[in-house]
Amino acid sequence: MIGARALAAHRPPLPARRYLGVLPLLAFLALLFIYPIADLLWLSVLDQQDEFTGEHYRAITANPVWFNVMLITFEISAWTTVFSVVAGYPIAYLLATSSENTRNRLMLWVLLPFWTSFLVRTFAWIVLLSQRGPLNRLIAALGLSDAPLELIYNFTGTMIGMVHALMPLAVLTMLSVMTNIDSRLSSAAATLGARGGEAFWRIYFPLSLPGVAAAALMVFITALGFFITPALLGGRRQTMISQVIIIQVQDLLNWSFAGALSVVLLGAALLIFILYDRLLGLSTLSGGERSGAAAPSGWIGQTGAVIGGRIVALLGRACDVVQIAWERVNPPRGDRPRRAIGRAVLWTVAMLLVAFLVLPALIVVPVSFTAGKFVTFPPEGFSLHWYREYLGSATWTEATLRSFGVAALTGALSMLLGVPAAFMLTRAQVPGKAGLLALILSPLIIPRIVVAVALYIVYARVGLVGTSAGLVLGHTVLAVPYVVITMMAVLKTYDDRLDQAAASLGAPPWRTLTHITFPLIRSGMIASFLFAFITSFDELTIALFVSGGLVSTLPRQMWNDMLLQVNPTLAAVSTTMLVIITGIILAAEYLRRRAGRG
Amino acid sequence: MSANKPKLRTVALSKAYGPVTALADANLEVREGEFVTLLGPSGSGKTTLLMMVAGLTLPSSGEVWIDDKLSTYLPPHLRDIGMVFQNYALFPHLTVYENIAFPLRMRRAPEAEVSKRVSQILDLVRLSDTASRLPRQLSGGQQQRIALARCLVYSPSIVLMDEPLGALDKKLRDQMQLEIKSIQRRLGITVLYVTHDQEEAMTMSDRICLMNKARIEQIDAPEALYFRPRSIFAADFLGDSNIVAATLRAGTLAGPGGLAVRGLKADGPVKDGAVTAVVRPESIRVLDAGEHDDGEAAGRVESAVFVGGFARIFVRLPDGTLIQAKRQLRTASQLPQPETEVRLGWPASASILLPPEDAPT
Repeated sequence: MIGARALAAHRPPLPARRYLGVLPLLAFLALLFIYPIADLLWLSVLDQQDEFTGEHYRAITANPVWFNVMLITFEISAWTTVFSVVAGYPIAYLLATSSENTRNRLMLWVLLPFWTSFLVRTFAWIVLLSQRGPLNRLIAALGLSDAPLELIYNFTGTMIGMVHALMPLAVLTMLSVMTNIDSRLSSAAATLGARGGEAFWRIYFPLSLPGVAAAALMVFITALGFFITPALLGGRRQTMISQVIIIQVQDLLNWSFAGALSVVLLGAALLIFILYDRLLGLSTLSGGERSGAAAPSGWIGQTGAVIGGRIVALLGRACDVVQIAWERVNPPRGDRPRRAIGRAVLWTVAMLLVAFLVLPALIVVPVSFTAGKFVTFPPEGFSLHWYREYLGSATWTEATLRSFGVAALTGALSMLLGVPAAFMLTRAQVPGKAGLLALILSPLIIPRIVVAVALYIVYARVGLVGTSAGLVLGHTVLAVPYVVITMMAVLKTYDDRLDQAAASLGAPPWRTLTHITFPLIRSGMIASFLFAFITSFDELTIALFVSGGLVSTLPRQMWNDMLLQVNPTLAAVSTTMLVIITGIILAAEYLRRRAGRG
Repeated sequence: MSANKPKLRTVALSKAYGPVTALADANLEVREGEFVTLLGPSGSGKTTLLMMVAGLTLPSSGEVWIDDKLSTYLPPHLRDIGMVFQNYALFPHLTVYENIAFPLRMRRAPEAEVSKRVSQILDLVRLSDTASRLPRQLSGGQQQRIALARCLVYSPSIVLMDEPLGALDKKLRDQMQLEIKSIQRRLGITVLYVTHDQEEAMTMSDRICLMNKARIEQIDAPEALYFRPRSIFAADFLGDSNIVAATLRAGTLAGPGGLAVRGLKADGPVKDGAVTAVVRPESIRVLDAGEHDDGEAAGRVESAVFVGGFARIFVRLPDGTLIQAKRQLRTASQLPQPETEVRLGWPASASILLPPEDAPT
C-alpha cells in the first residue's frame, strides 16, 4: 500500500483523470439524450414488423398536408424571428449602452418574462385578446372600430403570443454580443466628427450584427418546436409541426410516423444551424469572439459586405440629414447642455417594448380574484373563491406538490452532474473542451418536442412512463445546461490562487473544496440550483408525454384545463405560478450578482 | 499666427459625481503648437479634464474655450478636436484605409481628396503597406500609429491623447514617445496629453500640468517643475526627494539629527519658522574629511545599493531620519561600506523650501 503511494508520487496522473468531472454528465446525456434521439432516428425507418422502410418519409413528402404544416411552421417561425429581433434590438441596445447599475435594474424586466411560464403568458393573452376582452373593449371605447377585431385564433394571435414569448431570448442573445462592443468606439466616432446617427449606423450597427444573427438563429430554432402558443392562440391554419407530432403520439399512437416528423424537425433545425455556421461561424453565438472583427470570406460574404456597407452608409447619411436639419433649427450652443433627444426617444421606445413584455402577464392577477363565474376583465367584485377552488381540488394540489418535488429533485440531480462538469470545463487544460460544452448545451438548441418524443419511446420500453423518476431524469436533460452555464460564469470570476494557497498550506483537495471553494461560490451554486428548479417547475413538453396522463404536473394540468375551457381557477393557478417564479428568479438573480461580485 | 495664441482654455472647470468631486476648479491654457501633459496619479482628475475638453463628459460647472469659441456643452463632432484613445479605439470592422478615411467622410470630403490625404498620412506614419488590412492584423505599435494617423488626417485644432502608449512595452514606448514628439514638432500640432508616467511627461512636454486629488497642483515647464516644485506633492511625485520638517531662522535651516543649511536666501512665500525642506538625492554628495558645504548632515551608512551607473546611498542620521544620496560611479570600489560614519553635503541652492506639511496651502 505504502509502496503504491510512493510510486504514485513518481507518476503524473493519468490524462483520463482530468476528464473525471465531466464523465458522469456525459454518461447521463449518452443514456438519456443521445441514445433516445438515435433510437428515434432508427424507429423512423422501421415499419410495423420492424422491417427497414422509407414509407414514413414517403408519406410525409407525398401528402401535401404535411408539406403545408412544414411551410406554416417555417412561415410562423420566420415572422416571429423578424418581429422578435426588430423589437428586441432597441431594448438590447439600451441595456448594452447604459451604465452597469441601470443595466442590472432593467435586466430584471427582461429576465422575468424570459423565465415566466409560456403557459401563464399564453393564458394572459387569451384573456386580453378575446372577442369581449379588454383590448377589444378599449378599441371600441376609443371608437377605432365598430365591430370587435379578430385578434385571437388566427395568425395575429399566434404572432402576438410567439413574439411575446421569444423576444426575451432575442434580447438576451443580442445583449451578449453588444456588451462586448467597446463603448469607446462610439466616443471615437463622435470625436472624429460623426453625429449620433452616422456613428450608430456605420460603427455600432455593423458591430452588433453578429448578435442580431445569433438572436435570429436562436429564436427561429426555438420557434420551430413551438406548440403551446399556436395551439391556444392560433386557428386551424396555424397548426405547427409539433402539434401534429403530439397528435400522432397521443391520439393516433403512430410512434414511427411521429418519429419521422420529429426527425424532419430536427433536420430542419440542424440545417439552419449548419447554414449559420457556414455563413457566420458558431463562435459568434457565445459572444466570446471579438464581435464583428471577422473578415467576410467567399464571394457571397464579400458582396454582402459591400452591399451592407452601402446600406449602412445610406442609413447613416439619412439620419445625418435629419440631424443637420435639426441643428439648423436648434443650433447646439456652447453655453448650455443639449437635451439628449435621441436617448429620450430610445428610452421611450424601449420602455414601451419592456411594458409589452412584462405587463400582459399581470392581467391574471386581478382576474383570479373575480367573484363571477367566468374569466372577465375587469373582474366582477372580489373574492378568494377561485383560490379555494384551486387549493380544494385534489387534482390541482397533487399536481402542484408533484411539480415542487420533481423540480427540487431535478435541481439536485442537475447540480450533482453539472457542478463537477463546470469545474472541469473551466479549469482543466484538455483538448476537446469546446466540443464537450457544445454537447452539454445542445439540449437547449434541439427542439424540446424531439427530446420529449424520443424519451417517451425509450421510457415506454423500460416502464418509466407515468413515473416521477422519468420526469426528473427528463427535466434534468433540459436543466443541466443552465447549471453548467451559470456555474462556469461563477467559476470564471473565482480566483484559483485561493485554492492553490489552501493546497500550499496543507489542505487536501476535498477539504479545500469544502472549506474554501464552496463557501466562496455558495451564492452562485444556489442560483444555479434555482435556475434548474425553475426549468423543471415550468416544463410542459416532456411532462406532456412522460407523465402519461397519470402523474400530472402543474403545467400539464394547466394545459389540460386550457384546452377544455378557460376558467378563473386557471387565473388563480397562473397567479400562484407567477408569484413563485418571480420570487425564485429575484432570489436567483440577487444571488448570482452577489456571486459575480465575488 | 502668433505663437502665444491660446488654442484651449478651461475656466474654473469642475465635475462632481454626486458627492464625489472628480475635478475642481481647473484653469488651464494650451497655446498654439504647444505640447501640454496632464500628469498625476490615478484618480487625480486628469482623464476627467481631458474628457470634458473632448465633450465626452459634460462638466458640472465652468467653461471650455476651443479656438476662442465657447464649447463647454458643444457635442464632440462640432468641436474640431482629435482624440487618440487608450486602446486606440480603431474600428475593428473597417480596414486601416477606411478607419483613416472615416473623419474625412464625416466632413463630406470628395473621394479624390480622401484618398490623397489618407495616403499622405500613411506615408507620414510609415505604414502605407497596411491600408487594406484590418486593425487586429497589426501589431500594437502599428495600431498606435494608425490611431494617430486617423486623428491627424483632418488637421484638428487640438489633439487630445489619453495614455496612448499605456499598452505598449517599454522599448516601443520610448520609441513612440520620440516619434510622436517629432511629428508634433514638424506639423506644429497642439497637443493635450494624459499620462501617469512622469518620465514620459518629462520627455515629451513643453509644459506639464501636475494634478492631484481632483485639483491642478502646478503648471510649469518640466525643468521648473522638477527643480522648483511648489508643493510637497510635486516634490515627492517627480523624481526622488529627501523631505524633512525643519526650522528656518535668518537664512539658516535647522533640521532633524543635526541637519543644517546655511546661506539660504529668503524668497517666495516661505517665512521664518516651521518649513519643509526638500533636497534631491543627486544634489547630495559624500564629503571628504575637512571638506564643507552649505548644507550638511552626518550619519551612519545604512546601505549602499548599486543601480547601474550610479549608487543609492542611504544614511541614517542620529535621530533616525533616513537621507538618500545618489552618486555616479566609475568603478565598483567607490561604494561606501555600510556601518561607516559619513558626512553629506549640498549647496544652499539645491535646498527647496516649502510651507510646513500641515499648513493649509
